[in-house]
Amino acid sequence: MKRIALAIAASCAAPAWAAGSTSFNPDLSLILDGRYASLSEDPATYALPGFQLSGEAGPGERGLALGHSELVMSANVDDLFYGKLTAALHSEGTATNVELEEAYVETLGLGQGFTVRAGRAYSGIGYLNAHHPHAWDFTDAPLVYRGLFGDQLRDDGVQLRWVAPTDLYVQLGAEVGRGEFFPAGGAANDGRGTYAAFVKLGGDLNDSHSWQLGLSHWHADVNGRSAGAHDHGGTATEIPTFTGNSTVNGIDFVWKWAPLGNPAQTNFKFQAEYFQRREEGDVELVGAPTQEITDYSGKQSGWYAQAVYQFMPHWRVGVRYDQLQADNSGSDAVLLEEAGLDDAGYKPSRSSVMIDWSHSEYSRVRLQFNQDKSRADVTDNQVYLQYVMSLGAHGAHQF
Amino acid sequence: MKKLQGLLATLLLAVTVPAAALNVFACEPEWAALARELGGDKVEVFAATTAFQDPHRIEARPSLIAKLRRADLLVCSGAELEIGWLPMLLRQAGNGTVQPGRPGHFEAAQHIERLEIPTELDRSMGDVHASGNPHVHLDPRRLATIAQALSAKLRDIDPGHADDYAARQAAFAQRWQQALAGWEQKAQPLRGVRLVAHHKDWVYLADWLGFEVVATLEPKPGLPASAGHLAALKAQLQQQPARMVIRTAYQDGQAAQWLSAQSGIPAVELPYTVGGSERAADLFALFDDTLDRLLAALR
Repeated sequence: MKRIALAIAASCAAPAWAAGSTSFNPDLSLILDGRYASLSEDPATYALPGFQLSGEAGPGERGLALGHSELVMSANVDDLFYGKLTAALHSEGTATNVELEEAYVETLGLGQGFTVRAGRAYSGIGYLNAHHPHAWDFTDAPLVYRGLFGDQLRDDGVQLRWVAPTDLYVQLGAEVGRGEFFPAGGAANDGRGTYAAFVKLGGDLNDSHSWQLGLSHWHADVNGRSAGAHDHGGTATEIPTFTGNSTVNGIDFVWKWAPLGNPAQTNFKFQAEYFQRREEGDVELVGAPTQEITDYSGKQSGWYAQAVYQFMPHWRVGVRYDQLQADNSGSDAVLLEEAGLDDAGYKPSRSSVMIDWSHSEYSRVRLQFNQDKSRADVTDNQVYLQYVMSLGAHGAHQF
Repeated sequence: MKKLQGLLATLLLAVTVPAAALNVFACEPEWAALARELGGDKVEVFAATTAFQDPHRIEARPSLIAKLRRADLLVCSGAELEIGWLPMLLRQAGNGTVQPGRPGHFEAAQHIERLEIPTELDRSMGDVHASGNPHVHLDPRRLATIAQALSAKLRDIDPGHADDYAARQAAFAQRWQQALAGWEQKAQPLRGVRLVAHHKDWVYLADWLGFEVVATLEPKPGLPASAGHLAALKAQLQQQPARMVIRTAYQDGQAAQWLSAQSGIPAVELPYTVGGSERAADLFALFDDTLDRLLAALR
């Protein structure tokens, strides 16, 4: 008894022991991603009829290739600010490009449920948009993300979020952005070209079931959004370019299950999102010898639903279905077709299955098969074998 | 007259009903139980996890963000136990008072001497914690120290009820010392006992009771037991036997049962935290039940 009392006295007399992180260095993590792709159709012919594609969007290259290698640095700046930078390295041929994916600061506990973020970041619209590709359950983005946002929507700007003081999770968010990136293209309106608003609701049914529902709205003054260069057989390269208004509305839903809230053995996740877009403006063929311009009114929509099940430790299986639909019109149908905006009455779709194995939470190897019907009346059978590994700091994942 | 009576009653009620209780967000059930012991009716305690969930692996769920949004005090283990989810909740909740370094942020592990602080960090060693083993609540001597610090914290952020908190802490400390003496007496036979554990969550209990964890079912911390590792473990136990194999309520029982059947030593499920067994309804019962189960397995 005396010994215990002494031990307690000794512990009490000593000052508080030093806290976790032992240095001021930021958390550093590295994501390594590589894949092998077998595509039955030539990826150079990839198209989504009715959707103007960004340069990178597509099924990727055939054969062995590196995916996105990401270097992430983050830390609390002080007790009021948090900062994060994500640099993506990717290869084009033998060259390596560095892309600044995220570079933002965010308030930590401004109080009253408010958070302000400034800098370059993924938009808070939708569910999957703010998730890093390495946290995706499939190798590639849903078709609706590929068609509308060039896989993921990000922007330089300011975001304000507020969490309501209720047991039901209610988050309201608003963003103003520069609008430089696809699909806004061109920093219109003096560099305040886009705005967005979103609402997220969520909660638990019981210990085992939790859910989140989101509504999103995004608007851009588009100033010269160009799709990939269009080779006309001649020497000149003509680029279809859109200028006008673009508005996106979306709804997303996620449901997660784990027995008694413990995902170690088995767990299940269902997610589905729907977006629709309205565009009004002109499409011009920039670089054409004579001016070619058409007015353009676009109606595009798409959805996907996916389910992922961990049936035993290490192993997960997943299924996904994608579908898109477009109804675009303009005064010059030929020009719309050149811009890739002629839907030709075709509805692109894709069915996917995947199985992945994770030795630990830091390593994952995935095999995925897609029956891709993006192109009109063509089926592209796609097989991906991918690894995603994360080294370094243990980043916390969002729901 | 009746109207006046009604008005008086309302006024009286307004005076006597205490101000809104202090909202406490506890990361694990053991800290929720401790906050209830020390705060009584002055605190409203929410436990973010249950005894059937692995505190390393929690989803940063919307419901948890909503709860943290309104918390006046956060009580967690710290030492990186919650590193996979708590930082996300803190960044999403927009609550200034519970951020690290602010008065409403309390990490139990900071107030005691931690064990197993690694001298080298490498993920090939598994999911090791740079700040040492975070499962600190299973040593009741350390828990007494943490209780003292938590009570000081409550007095600090809710000075209006400082006397209540001080009185509760004094009463708790006295009861705890009594119980501790009883537990130590009872647990004598466990000194020097060799046992196998599922994960390294028992270091502090072993440090207190003097038993020896000679192996873990996880080949590396955080990695599920593999067939190869279990076979090697069985061979090891043939050379140097152990008395039992222990695990928590949130860990799958298959590996422990396999080893138990192969080696003929009992597999023991321990509550690990408050709520981990029917009996372990509070901190006192947690240690009562844990000791009884360990001692029963020795017989």
